[in-house]
Amino acid sequence: MNIRPILASLRKHRLPVFLLVLEIALACAVLCNAVSMIATRWSDLGVNSGIEEPGLSLVTVNGNDGDRAAADIPRNLAALHGIGGVRSAGMITGVPLSNSMWVTATGTTPFDSTDMRQKASSTAVYIAGRGALDTLGVRLVAGRLFRDEDYIGAGIRSDYQSQASVVLISQSFAQTLWPGQSALGKTIYSLGHTHYTVVGVLADLAAPSLSGLGPNTRYHTIVFPGAPNSEFDTYLIRSRPNEQARVMREAMATLQRLQPQAVISAKTYAKVRAGYFDDARNMIAMLVLVAAIMLAVTAVGIIGLSSFWVSQRRRQIGVRRALGARAIDILRYFQTENLLLSCGGIVLGMAAAYGINLWLTMHYDVPRMPWFYLPVGAIALALLGQLAVLGPALRASRVPPVVATRSV
Amino acid sequence: MLKYYLQLALLSLRQHRVLTALMVLTLAVGIGASMTTLTVMRVLSGDPVPSRQGQLFHPEVDPWPMDRYVAGQTQPPPNLSYADAMGLMHASRATQQVTLTTSRAKLLPHANGEHPFFADTVMTTHGFFGTFDTPFEYGGGWSQAQDDSRERVMVIADALNRKLFGGTNSVGKSLRVAGHDYRIVGVLAPWDPQPRFYDLTLRGRGYGAGDMLYMPLEAALDDGLHSSTMNCYDSGDFSKPRVAPCMWLTLWVRLTSSAQQRDYRAMLHSYVKQQIAMGRLHRPDARLMSMRQWLDDRQAVPDDVRVQTGMALGFLLICIVNTIGLLLAKCLRRSREIGTRRALGASRAAIFAQFMVESAIVGLSGGVLGLVLAEIGLWGVRHQPVSYASLAHLDPLMFAFTFVVAVSAALLAGLLPAWRACVVAPAPQLKAG
Repeated sequence: MNIRPILASLRKHRLPVFLLVLEIALACAVLCNAVSMIATRWSDLGVNSGIEEPGLSLVTVNGNDGDRAAADIPRNLAALHGIGGVRSAGMITGVPLSNSMWVTATGTTPFDSTDMRQKASSTAVYIAGRGALDTLGVRLVAGRLFRDEDYIGAGIRSDYQSQASVVLISQSFAQTLWPGQSALGKTIYSLGHTHYTVVGVLADLAAPSLSGLGPNTRYHTIVFPGAPNSEFDTYLIRSRPNEQARVMREAMATLQRLQPQAVISAKTYAKVRAGYFDDARNMIAMLVLVAAIMLAVTAVGIIGLSSFWVSQRRRQIGVRRALGARAIDILRYFQTENLLLSCGGIVLGMAAAYGINLWLTMHYDVPRMPWFYLPVGAIALALLGQLAVLGPALRASRVPPVVATRSV
Repeated sequence: MLKYYLQLALLSLRQHRVLTALMVLTLAVGIGASMTTLTVMRVLSGDPVPSRQGQLFHPEVDPWPMDRYVAGQTQPPPNLSYADAMGLMHASRATQQVTLTTSRAKLLPHANGEHPFFADTVMTTHGFFGTFDTPFEYGGGWSQAQDDSRERVMVIADALNRKLFGGTNSVGKSLRVAGHDYRIVGVLAPWDPQPRFYDLTLRGRGYGAGDMLYMPLEAALDDGLHSSTMNCYDSGDFSKPRVAPCMWLTLWVRLTSSAQQRDYRAMLHSYVKQQIAMGRLHRPDARLMSMRQWLDDRQAVPDDVRVQTGMALGFLLICIVNTIGLLLAKCLRRSREIGTRRALGASRAAIFAQFMVESAIVGLSGGVLGLVLAEIGLWGVRHQPVSYASLAHLDPLMFAFTFVVAVSAALLAGLLPAWRACVVAPAPQLKAG
């Protein structure tokens, strides 16, 4: 197809051409960034928490007399085990993706408050009571889980350091601390010169907040064994998924009977996880909606302007047809014209998309857009343009040659 | 003349029903989307205490050691340790000041068979109510003397008063918290600043359900209530909050003149110097933030909302460009008609006016429909599980603004086509026939 005549004709309609190119450019810029933001959030939605989620229920008990934890907790757990359908139960200080985080600083060498920021990094802490790890369903990669003796005397000091001597660590975090080495048997230091021996490496266990510790720290987690203590507030209960509702109801009733003064609430883990991603899901819905309507609006604009062009050139088309152009040539003409306009818009749009993304990464917590989003967005808009122009172009190709002979 | 243009415009719009519908719809969608997000933005970025506009300030000092300190770059943390909060309170000459933290208190309902529940609590000093200009339904705040003598008094929120006392005057009654009876001295009228500026660095909840109880800091600490946040900069005994090397209080001061602000800044810096000399603090930085700076710094408006707003504005731009394109196509198609009118004596101004009237009709319809869409959009936001959901309402000012934006967007969109129409040369158009 010879594009010279098309360019010549476009030059005569600078204003509509400019508007169409501008619209495609804007749509391309917004679309690339919207898709990039959707993708980031989408990948978060599927994040692996490192626990066996189906069938896990949480019963939170607050407002107890902390001094009686040592006596109350084993009694309560025994009562929970008595509920039909409860496979295992245990207490823990928090769960992944719950947003409520216990943080400490850990390092591979001793440190204190004066050099803490150089030698240590923020780490999410879970303190797990007997039975909690089984109930959570964590997966061990190397070493061992806690033995009964690990829990004995493993209380919490007044500076919030564990009195345990052993610790489990997430695989990714172990790799960060000791690259290329096995973490087993290594010593990990926490604030106040306390140190612990790593006895097991867990398949990545997510922190309560994916971004709360900083970028790329979602698996910076360690687990201490814990004797019954006043910081335990969450009972984990595992049952068959279809029995969760009944088990939770009975567990709440049982605990309320044993501790009438406590404030008790229960949720399935599925609900905790869904709650964590509420905002992300909202944002995805909003972005998808905007992107879809925007594409529709752009298509409408292309259809409108192409129809105008076609009706304006009816005579010209008739003359071409009379001079021997086939219907397919007319079709190709308008399709090529649209492709040229799309290309102009896309080139501008990709530059704008990159610029907007750069600005967003500087001002907001938005990651850099992977480069291949630009060509993919470009192709999407070119296809949209072709689709939109098809109707008007087909109408043009059906203009009969006889039009050329009519004066009006 | 205007009536004639209106007739012409309606005739022309009726002739191209689909095109007209598309133009109105595009404009309406663009306006609806941008107004929805702008309204959310506006609601979220309002001044939480309008009656103290420009008077509330937030002092910050930095208790971290010199390790990793970069002069001019390291920012002081937002919360204060007990020692610094009290030190600044004693040293200050502020008109009014308050230090506070958040906690939660377990309450036992009077009725039998009801379960105990937690009430979100503010542990604070007597200055809270005056500094933030809180309205009272019954009674009032407590005094400096009651703070000092650690008297067990409390102020409760209107919602709690309704829940526990059916909304009657409960001043003089007591509530049992942490094993002690606290006497109610005041009941707040409904008061919930949005965003809840004082909570942003404590529980981090700027929106949503508000606080229920306001208790004197010292008395509540004595009875064992904990702060909901504890950020420690050194090792030590964290179970004794008054001496723990941890930041868990925020300080707010009311400074009504620039002279007062200057004095307070000077006091703040001299306090830090003095503490460095004593070896308690190490870093020389301190800052006094205004409410506006504070809200910006703490990103009170969620990033998601800002990005959505930017996106919607980009979208509005696309819609306007699109409407320009369609109007242009429509008006260039009528070159013959324009040529005829011009040949019959219509002036350029008359043609221009005629097409602007047509654009204005599109704009008004798009604006009205856009407003409807914005209301639907806000209804959608209200039904989303986000903390600020209940705030998303279109106020009269925003309503008017929306309308003006809609009409100006359409007029802007009509400008270019109308200008193109009025420069059409009559002769070639007539000849072409």
